[in-house]
Amino acid sequence: MTAFLVVLVIILFGVAVMQMSRIFKMSRQQSNTSEIANDKDNNTHGWLMLAFVLFIYALCIYSFYEWGDVMLPRSASEHGVEIDQLWLISMIIIFVVGIITQWLLHYFAFKYRGEKSQKATFYADNDRLEFIWTIIPVIVLAGLIIYGLFTWTDIMNIDTDDDPLVVELYAYQFDWRARYGGEDNTLGEANVRLIEGINQLGVDASDPYAQDDVIVNELHLPKGRKILFKMRSQDVLHSAYMPHFRAQMNCVPGMITQFSFTPTLTTEEMRATDEMRDKVQKINKIRTENNIALAAAGEEQLEMYEFDYLLLCNKICGNSHYNMQMKIIVEDEEDFNAWMKEQQTLATVLKQ
Amino acid sequence: MSAHAEAHVVDHHDDHGHHHKETFVTKYIFSQDHKMISKQYLITGLFMGIIGIAMSILFRLQLAWPEEPFTVLEIFLGKWAEGGVMDPSVYLALVTIHGTIMVFFVLTAGLSGTFSNLLIPLQIGARDMASGFLNMISYWLFFLSSVIMVFSLFVEAGPASAGWTIYPPLSALPQAIPGSGAGMTLWLVSMAIFIASSLLGSLNYIVTVLNLRTKGMSMTRLPLTIWAFFVTAIIGVVSFPVLLSAALMLIMDRSFGTSFFLSDIYIAGEVLHNQGGSPVLFEHLFWFLGHPEVYIVLLPALGITSEVIATNARKPIFGYRAMVASILAIAFLSTIVWGHHMFISGMNPFLGSVFTFTTLLIAIPSAVKAFNYITTLWKGNLQLNPAMLFSIALVSTFITGGLTGIILGDSALDINVHDTYFVVAHFHLVMGISALYGLFAGVYHWFPKMFESRMMNKNLGYVHFWVTAVGAYGVFFPMHFIGMAGLPRRYYNNTNFPYFDDLTDVNVVITIFAIITSAAQLVFLYNFIHSMFYGKKGPQNPWKSNTLEWTAPIKHIHGNWDGPIPHVHRWAYDYSKLNMDESDYVIPGQDYAPQHLPLQENEEEMHH
Repeated sequence: MTAFLVVLVIILFGVAVMQMSRIFKMSRQQSNTSEIANDKDNNTHGWLMLAFVLFIYALCIYSFYEWGDVMLPRSASEHGVEIDQLWLISMIIIFVVGIITQWLLHYFAFKYRGEKSQKATFYADNDRLEFIWTIIPVIVLAGLIIYGLFTWTDIMNIDTDDDPLVVELYAYQFDWRARYGGEDNTLGEANVRLIEGINQLGVDASDPYAQDDVIVNELHLPKGRKILFKMRSQDVLHSAYMPHFRAQMNCVPGMITQFSFTPTLTTEEMRATDEMRDKVQKINKIRTENNIALAAAGEEQLEMYEFDYLLLCNKICGNSHYNMQMKIIVEDEEDFNAWMKEQQTLATVLKQ
Repeated sequence: MSAHAEAHVVDHHDDHGHHHKETFVTKYIFSQDHKMISKQYLITGLFMGIIGIAMSILFRLQLAWPEEPFTVLEIFLGKWAEGGVMDPSVYLALVTIHGTIMVFFVLTAGLSGTFSNLLIPLQIGARDMASGFLNMISYWLFFLSSVIMVFSLFVEAGPASAGWTIYPPLSALPQAIPGSGAGMTLWLVSMAIFIASSLLGSLNYIVTVLNLRTKGMSMTRLPLTIWAFFVTAIIGVVSFPVLLSAALMLIMDRSFGTSFFLSDIYIAGEVLHNQGGSPVLFEHLFWFLGHPEVYIVLLPALGITSEVIATNARKPIFGYRAMVASILAIAFLSTIVWGHHMFISGMNPFLGSVFTFTTLLIAIPSAVKAFNYITTLWKGNLQLNPAMLFSIALVSTFITGGLTGIILGDSALDINVHDTYFVVAHFHLVMGISALYGLFAGVYHWFPKMFESRMMNKNLGYVHFWVTAVGAYGVFFPMHFIGMAGLPRRYYNNTNFPYFDDLTDVNVVITIFAIITSAAQLVFLYNFIHSMFYGKKGPQNPWKSNTLEWTAPIKHIHGNWDGPIPHVHRWAYDYSKLNMDESDYVIPGQDYAPQHLPLQENEEEMHH
């Protein structure tokens, strides 16, 4: 009801302003200028068009200068390097095309700004020009398509001959679980209809493959080994997004989706890179500043930040979508194996 | 064709004299006159636009200053912003309804509905739409759907909040999110009615363009606006019914226990009985409309731009045939690219390859259009009216947004930026801002036609344009960076965990630009309302344009022309055409030759 009243007040306010301006108008003599652009307008706005293209360039340069460091750090997976390469090439192409076409557009708007004495050139067609600017995009795009498709096929056609580590990513409102295949590296059958008590993922306890499965809420990955992720969702659509690994796949209820990559940088190695050190430093500076404000307000202090890989949910899934995440730790194979030994198998957990 | 048209013209003209008296209701409310209906569409669209843009400001406040109390939030959101801090559920509701309103109610109905209605009969030389009655029904269904959509904002559990793409199961299960209760039901009902409205409108546009062209108005003489509206209507007829089917199946899943889109779900402590459905099926059906929808929004804007640029450049549009061909190519390709919204949905990767291919193909006709606009400016005599400025800016944002489309259309690159702010920045530039510019260009250009020669104030128009142009880039250019930082969209708060803390100042910049830009829209609104009543009267053909609508009398009459309908003898783009010995223009001293003007002596006949 308040909202409705507010809307009403705004409308009435608008009406009041209109009436006032009407009185204002009537009290003033009508000037004789027309509402059609004259030479003076053309001149002003022609120049402004030129200024505008410079503004676009300046905004672009400023953004890179000021925010260039917020972008994702180097890829921590094998295929990610390919994606970054393709990204770079595509970016260079679109920047070149963008800079040139924006310039032509705005420069022409400036150069040919209208004047009474000036005549436009009647120029309706030119098949050769049309052909040229059809064929150039065709060639460039053909190159990009072929390059892109090879990269895509390499990433998505998962080869299981090299014995990848199988990990299930299980999504539910609003958290993640990871399930490893255990000794046999094979996941036991699972279905939401089997969810009961402690068996939160609905794993079939009678399946022999399921006995050694390991369920955790912190994803550990061995460096240098190919990981095959099997995604499952319990309730609504989620998306398993691991930006540092250039990896993403939706989790669809009723379906098992998959994605695969090989991590190449351990968490420690990523923390030690220059770009990550700068980023963490910047974030901690912000947090320190915020802490001063928080201390003044007598509130709890923020902890200092240390980088960790993240698995984020990237498909709207409900009210706490923004906080659905899981920590990923990439470590050397021995560390990973040692960690794995400490985990309880599903059989043990269910017996308890 | 011509025999039929003449017969029509004659008998319509005959009964014109003894027309029945119009009452207030038949003239302003249940009007069957396309000019009045177009104004109804425009005003309803603008009203919805105010709601949609205001919503974006509310959630931008939350993104820039997360969980900071703002009185304005408490005023507008009431119980969902106790103490002025926005609740996460209402954040999602706001982004959902903002998207729905802007895409469907403002840019589909407000843009295409307004200008198709206004221009199709006037520019092809027809007395009215093929069916004035269906046209009226179409508007009132649109109005009804708008009312229902706005009403859904006030239901107890909140409006639909599953994102404007309403992917099930989130949209199907009230247990998953409160907005999927009554709010979602109203959303679906509203959209079903909207689709019916859109179909009635589109069928009418198609029939009118095909059957009611005046003598001499061959398809190749149609102004590009009409080509754009015509093809847009065809895309709408092809794709909107598919959305209706998706909506109906979703309604059944929600209310009648079917399992089209649901399977294997455990929620709120219990297993649902649904088995065998697939959310991916919904995504296919949704995007089969959803992607063509982008062109339903964009093509009318491009059509308007073509007309405005040619008129104000005092030059023919460059490559008319190529422009028509690219509209047709875009229309065809638009129906086979939907899968690029679903590269990582879990569908077969081979399908992803196919959709990458078709998606990047669509860049070719788009590039041709951009180049043709630029060449049209070349060696012109540009009259920089507000409409012209908006049209030039449209080409600019169309290029910028289109180029990032090359990245997103590439399945391999999409993996890492899918559903991030990079996508948000991309589509806002290429379809949101571009189409809005088209809408503004159209309003400034055809305002005198709509409101009996009253013109909008040009200086206010210039202020509106420059603030908007700078602000739009200020909002959406930096947004690419937070996308490249890996920030997912639809996050209520980016600082809940520390990794994205360094994006806060980018978000503040974006929000400040957004507030300034939307404040500039108030200038437009004031100018629009004020000029409607007190705008200066201009000449009958203020922009010295060639198209037929400017030959119609200033005073609106039912039937558009008080005499016989003008016949057409040339295409719409004979601007600055010289006579055969190149001593002067075709008509001495006048740099345009309107379409109804017969071939002059000493004039070379072109192919048009």
